[in-house]
Amino acid sequence: MSHIAVVTAGTSNPSSTQLLGERLGEAVTTALGEPVELRSVEIRTLAADLVNRQLTHVPSKALTEAFETLATAAGVIAVTPIWNASYSGLFKMFFDSLDEGVMARRPVLVAATGGTQRHSLAIDHALVPLFFYLKATVSPTSVFAATADWGDAESGLDTRIRRAAADFAELVRARPGQDAADEFADFVDFSELLHR
Amino acid sequence: MQIGVMSVSDITRDPTTGRTPTENERIRAEVAVAKKAEDIGLDVYAIGEHHNPPFFSSSPTTTLAYIAAQTKRLILSTSTTLITTNDPVKIAEDYAMLQHLADGRVDLTMGRGNTGPVYPWFGKDIRDGLSLAIENYALLRQLWDEEVVDWEGRHRTPLHGFTSTPRPLEGVPPFVWHGSIRTPQIAEQAAFYGDGFLHNNIFWPMDHTKRMVQLYRQRWEHHGHGRADTAIVGLGGQFFMRPNSQDAVNEFRPYFDEAPVYGHGPSMEDFTEQTPLTVGSPQQVLERTLSFRDDIGDYQRQLFLIDHAGLPLKTVLEQMDLLGEILPEMRRGFAEGRPEHVPDAPTHASRVLVARAEGRIPAEHAASADDVTGQSPYATEGSNR
Repeated sequence: MSHIAVVTAGTSNPSSTQLLGERLGEAVTTALGEPVELRSVEIRTLAADLVNRQLTHVPSKALTEAFETLATAAGVIAVTPIWNASYSGLFKMFFDSLDEGVMARRPVLVAATGGTQRHSLAIDHALVPLFFYLKATVSPTSVFAATADWGDAESGLDTRIRRAAADFAELVRARPGQDAADEFADFVDFSELLHR
Repeated sequence: MQIGVMSVSDITRDPTTGRTPTENERIRAEVAVAKKAEDIGLDVYAIGEHHNPPFFSSSPTTTLAYIAAQTKRLILSTSTTLITTNDPVKIAEDYAMLQHLADGRVDLTMGRGNTGPVYPWFGKDIRDGLSLAIENYALLRQLWDEEVVDWEGRHRTPLHGFTSTPRPLEGVPPFVWHGSIRTPQIAEQAAFYGDGFLHNNIFWPMDHTKRMVQLYRQRWEHHGHGRADTAIVGLGGQFFMRPNSQDAVNEFRPYFDEAPVYGHGPSMEDFTEQTPLTVGSPQQVLERTLSFRDDIGDYQRQLFLIDHAGLPLKTVLEQMDLLGEILPEMRRGFAEGRPEHVPDAPTHASRVLVARAEGRIPAEHAASADDVTGQSPYATEGSNR
């Protein structure tokens, strides 16, 4: 199996968003029951490159590597902080910069962090539609971690992480190992092109 | 190896003086740049086509014809001609006309354009971009290669019994390049027809340009035009140089920082590292340019963008003087180790020789007009390819 990409959009360091990504990564490894490489993409480190990419279309080397990490992943764990009832702008900018088709049919585990549990529905209202639009295979169980969850034994966070990881692992295992997310992949011979 | 300059025709405020040139000044300046290109021994001058401010070049053939009248050797080209939103009939007519006036010193580069609203302004749909490029170009070929054209397609009103005039000079149409930054199908189109492929090579890392050129070369061989290394490749590039490299950096930075397209984006240092832009001494420009060969193989045409971002004409002409000084060494560098079988870019003269050798045109091209009987000069079919 190829790797799992863990994309996190936390802005501080250390960040609870990144921590949630790491915990999900570990849980997915366990659920898969076989060794799998976790490749971390911290959007925070790509922030300036993303803005430049949006303005000039020039992809930096680091950004190209990050996109490549997603384009060849067996699955993607995507974690964002919730700001103003939605994903952060930086998180959106990363997925806006991805080439069309990269997320298509790729299993995605969506997760988010927020100040309180009152923000948890942002996953259903913002994150899921985004990945549905990108034609990703969105795993049915998501995880929202409020700040208080990290210190509350009753929050059930560990259980929710395990459950989400198990559902995601099932999708990853079921997915045939093809990675055609290549801009040269839709190539058509000219004789056919001419008669379309 | 053909070496030249290309312009995007932007009218940009000079950030160091705050002054924006008038359209007339910029248009006059562009003519001066083209004439200077011939003076310093460059081979090609190319200008883009745009239909929105801040660009002035909506009518490349008018500009190029005016330049043709004032030059003797320079090949006039485009960077690019919009194959999507122009009527291919008008392209066939305009560029054949230019070819006659310029005594064959003309070729052109097809592009799809990157300004969304231009499509609806010209009655087209941007979602048809690739389809327009393919159908319109097929028609353009037909208009140039066949005297009398019957044609029906998706994107244009049908033609029956239509003859595009004037006919291509000596029966040989201008050589065509196809420009694309990242659409493999355009590389395939260029390879299919045995046309040239030009990568603008300005906004993308070299490894990307390399992949596009590799694809074009492979497909050139696949379509039976010869070995992959005989395909006709052109590259863009840009530089700013001064004898002392730090002077170049200091002088160019305000222009870089405010430039259309990449201004207010990455730092000049990042941009020079990530793209083929070189800001430094003539020696650095020379070495960087010659290194392009390492990535894409021996190629046929190198065009530099030098007259943009509000740079005053005086500075641009100084850049060209410096380019003129390193030009002999650049030519020597490109020639070094270049295998015999790698062709030069086709010119009108070389294409006429090939057409004669293949029997597509008569040994000495005779005028087909008949001014005695008054019969149409275009009445005979198939002889004028």
